[in-house]
Amino acid sequence: MAVQAPERPVPPSQGGFQGLRGRERPMGGFELWSWLFMRISGLVLLVLAVGHVLIMHVLDGGVERVNFGFVATRWQSPFWRTWDWALLVLALIHGINGLRVIVQDYVKWPGVRFAVDMAFFVIGFGLFVLGTVVVFTFDASQWPGTT
Amino acid sequence: MAKRKSDVGTLYKGSPGQWSWLLHRITGVAVILFLFAHVVDTAVVGWGPEAYNRVISVYHNWFVQLLELGLVAAVLYHAINGVKIMLFDFWPASARRMKPIALASSLIFVAAMIPITILMGKSILESAGVI
Repeated sequence: MAVQAPERPVPPSQGGFQGLRGRERPMGGFELWSWLFMRISGLVLLVLAVGHVLIMHVLDGGVERVNFGFVATRWQSPFWRTWDWALLVLALIHGINGLRVIVQDYVKWPGVRFAVDMAFFVIGFGLFVLGTVVVFTFDASQWPGTT
Repeated sequence: MAKRKSDVGTLYKGSPGQWSWLLHRITGVAVILFLFAHVVDTAVVGWGPEAYNRVISVYHNWFVQLLELGLVAAVLYHAINGVKIMLFDFWPASARRMKPIALASSLIFVAAMIPITILMGKSILESAGVI
């Protein structure tokens, strides 16, 4: 007769749950705000990023139809400029904060961790500036006849 | 003497969510690394049609389009798995149904990828000159 081993509770860190308290989450401070931001921005990105990917890469010929004229026509609408800028900002912060969380797991030496985090932060900030300038200053009338 | 299943099992199996956890990380890193390049290639639009159309023509290459299919899959997996994570976080009772919910989210991902693969696959085969 087989002996059934008694079932042990799985700790939250290994994917288990404790009663109705749910999964492990940060207790407070910056990490709690980071935790909350990832979920709220994730919900918004569910619309912005998945929508962007479906519209630009999957439907209606996907990226095949994208060229200068396509972008010029699309950015005549403030709606798409706002969408693209919101996507830029949220995706950068969500993604770079995600990298920061991963770096915490794999880079143990504080100096290296700080350097890697800073490198991602600088790249992210630079791309934020570049993207923001282009989204809001783009003016297709500089190149007549392209739309 | 037979090994006790519970001892060996936990050692190799880890937690039921370990694969989705790993995939969430891999897809997240893949998407942010692509985003770094994508912001730059899109910014070239500010330098006029000649420069932008030359840059964007990279995306018309069939192999790059194959990578693009992977990118769409990564975004979609990360999004659907993210919803699953939020479900467990904000509605703790759902964690009692962890396995069926995880299975359902995987099925939603696979179901969504079928028409996407057909649509993008057609475009890839056209670019490769197969059809």
